Amino acid sequence: MRASYTLDSSLDSVNKIEQIGEQFATKAGFDEDTVPHIAMAVREAAVNAVLHGNSYDTSKHVVASFETTSESLIIRISDQGPGLDPDKIPDPLAPENILRGSGRGIFLIKAFMDEVNFRQLHPGTELTLIKHRTPAQSGT
Amino acid sequence: MSMKVKTRQVDGITILDLSGRITLGEGSVTIRDAVRDVLAKGSNKILLNLGDISYIDSSGIGELVSAFTTVKNSGGELKLLNLTKKVHDLLQITKLYTVFDVKDDEATAISSFTK
Repeated sequence: MRASYTLDSSLDSVNKIEQIGEQFATKAGFDEDTVPHIAMAVREAAVNAVLHGNSYDTSKHVVASFETTSESLIIRISDQGPGLDPDKIPDPLAPENILRGSGRGIFLIKAFMDEVNFRQLHPGTELTLIKHRTPAQSGT
Repeated sequence: MSMKVKTRQVDGITILDLSGRITLGEGSVTIRDAVRDVLAKGSNKILLNLGDISYIDSSGIGELVSAFTTVKNSGGELKLLNLTKKVHDLLQITKLYTVFDVKDDEATAISSFTK
């Protein structure tokens, strides 16, 4: 099962992408504890694209694609922003960053997903979020 | 569901009863404004009751941290009350659970503020 959406750079798009992510995670058979985690990771990736990537620029779009394979749920979210270097993201758990008012989105995505990959699009960034299904889930 | 705030006073402590979602563009600004309003009125002992918070994202967590530092820098105290499991788990993952003074009983929380 797969679907792709091209959306404007707005908070409404963030909410829509989160809802679709939650629906895909539920249909993929993830349990009631894991589905909210996946939905939150998807939301954080969407916020990253809309806010930090496209800076709410109405002329730029966010593309979100969702795919369920026998092994995994794969979500790709891309923006048209200046690009994101994952190596330059400060560690939010470091003592000097722990009281910062932002900078925890990518950390939470990594905490809740099994794999997170960054790809530079020139312009823009694509985040790929992967959550592996168990054999029992794959049968659904 | 957007976030709502109800304010009450108990023994000189301002309790903000929050309900709904604390997310980018929804509850984040509401919390910021509510805390600033309390400080502007001369109170700097604040208890955030999160018992009816159904959802919080990284922006919401950041707003809690900002509120904590704002109140602390004003010489006051900000504590958290009644965390749901979701919020509790998020504060654990982000290692903020030990930064905040977290209480699960209102009377105990009230009496823990510096008099």
